[in-house]
Amino acid sequence: MSKAIIMTGNSAAALAAKMCRIQVVAAYPITPQTSITEAISNYVESGELKAEYVRVESEHSALTVCIAASTVGARAFTSTSSHGLLYMHEQVHWAAGSRLPIVMCCVNRGVGAPWSIFNDQQDSVSQRDTGWIQLYCRDNQEIIDTVIQAYKIAEAVSVPVMVCYDGFVLSHTMMPVVVPMQEQVDAFLPPLKTSGHLDTANPRNINPVVFPWRRADSQGVMRDGYMEIRYKLHSALNDARGVITQVNGEYARVFGRDHGGLLWDYNANAAEILIVAMGSIASESMPAIDSLRAQGINVGLIGVRAFRPFPKLEVREKLAGAKAIIVLEKAISYGHDGALACELKAALYGSAVRVPFHSYVAGLGGRDVNAKEIEAAITDSLKQIAEGNLEPPTHWLNCRTE
Amino acid sequence: MIYKDFNIFSAATSALGELGKTGDWRDLKPIIDYGKCIPVVKDKPSCFLCWLYCPEGVVSSSSPPRIDYDYCKGCGICAEECPAKAITMVEESK
Repeated sequence: MSKAIIMTGNSAAALAAKMCRIQVVAAYPITPQTSITEAISNYVESGELKAEYVRVESEHSALTVCIAASTVGARAFTSTSSHGLLYMHEQVHWAAGSRLPIVMCCVNRGVGAPWSIFNDQQDSVSQRDTGWIQLYCRDNQEIIDTVIQAYKIAEAVSVPVMVCYDGFVLSHTMMPVVVPMQEQVDAFLPPLKTSGHLDTANPRNINPVVFPWRRADSQGVMRDGYMEIRYKLHSALNDARGVITQVNGEYARVFGRDHGGLLWDYNANAAEILIVAMGSIASESMPAIDSLRAQGINVGLIGVRAFRPFPKLEVREKLAGAKAIIVLEKAISYGHDGALACELKAALYGSAVRVPFHSYVAGLGGRDVNAKEIEAAITDSLKQIAEGNLEPPTHWLNCRTE
Repeated sequence: MIYKDFNIFSAATSALGELGKTGDWRDLKPIIDYGKCIPVVKDKPSCFLCWLYCPEGVVSSSSPPRIDYDYCKGCGICAEECPAKAITMVEESK
């Protein structure tokens, strides 16, 4: 029998990594990620998890160790936050370009300067274009389930997956989590039967200099140029849309929990006003939606789970009947709009959806965003829309802007 | 769905010319004057500093030393190091 245990998001992530029978883990401590790898080091030390735990001197090295391990076919795991993620940025690109199925938890935290240890999603959102799949979790149950799904997805498309969830709001908050049974996880995620990219019978140099053009190797075989290799990465992320949906469906059948694949919704059917959000700010919006519905306002919620690959068609479909769209998010593309708002507007271009669009940047650097504030923001946006303010620049929620 | 394309990342077997004939990168071509070249003049295996210093390994340690122009990139280190000043860098004719 599966059992529910009250645990933090970081405990859920560590437990999921253990249940995936990771073989190599390397990480460097950074708040609020640290307790994941502390838990994993306990598992390794106690013998519960047979894995190599490699202690490194930086996040750049942590991901490099995972890249090396994954290159020889090991199931590798790391986790980080904020400056740690940015410090490994070069290797974040390298892992994707090498097409390695690494899974990394990014426990979302604001980025300095100024220093902040608190939550927002600027860290992982700023890694949007590195070629990783990015999945955002709304609660601790989704964290344990998403880490398990992430390996299945990564190993199917040979693309690394970043499992993102909000620091402290989820990472250090306890909530009941149904823990899957190990036998079921083993059946869902069989061991990686591969020697990776390397083969002792056929020694190769991985990632040598590649020229702009295609060119024949010493055997006269035409080899891809840089653009072909990068095109294949892009195609793999596009293919991952179907794989994420399929893996989510398979997971739901085996474990009985459906987190929605690329996106999920709450009271969204036939809703006229659609809120779009990602991560814990989406779950925080649910009580706001309940309250607004009780007041007779026909509002629903779309939770974006996959930020990359971006579910363009699915978003268009979900927003097809909307009379107004309001985005809530914890990241900003400075000098433009909220990051999710940009993606949504781009996805809607050329579609029939031409409706008022408001967006809010909220909770940067851990500033609290509660359901009451979200409700007030939505109410205010609806009032502004009624007054003809159809597409203002991104609002900064609960922030002194004058 | 498992990815069937095994050529999804860059890889090379360790072989001569894996990246193609890199000699076409060359602007200056090293020409050995065997009238000055020490092993030829002394008629015994000696010197071979061009062979030793060549970063591409395209100079042979034979007498006379031979340069593999398919892969010589024309860096000029052999000409710089040759104690007999037997190697001249000559502009490639276009």
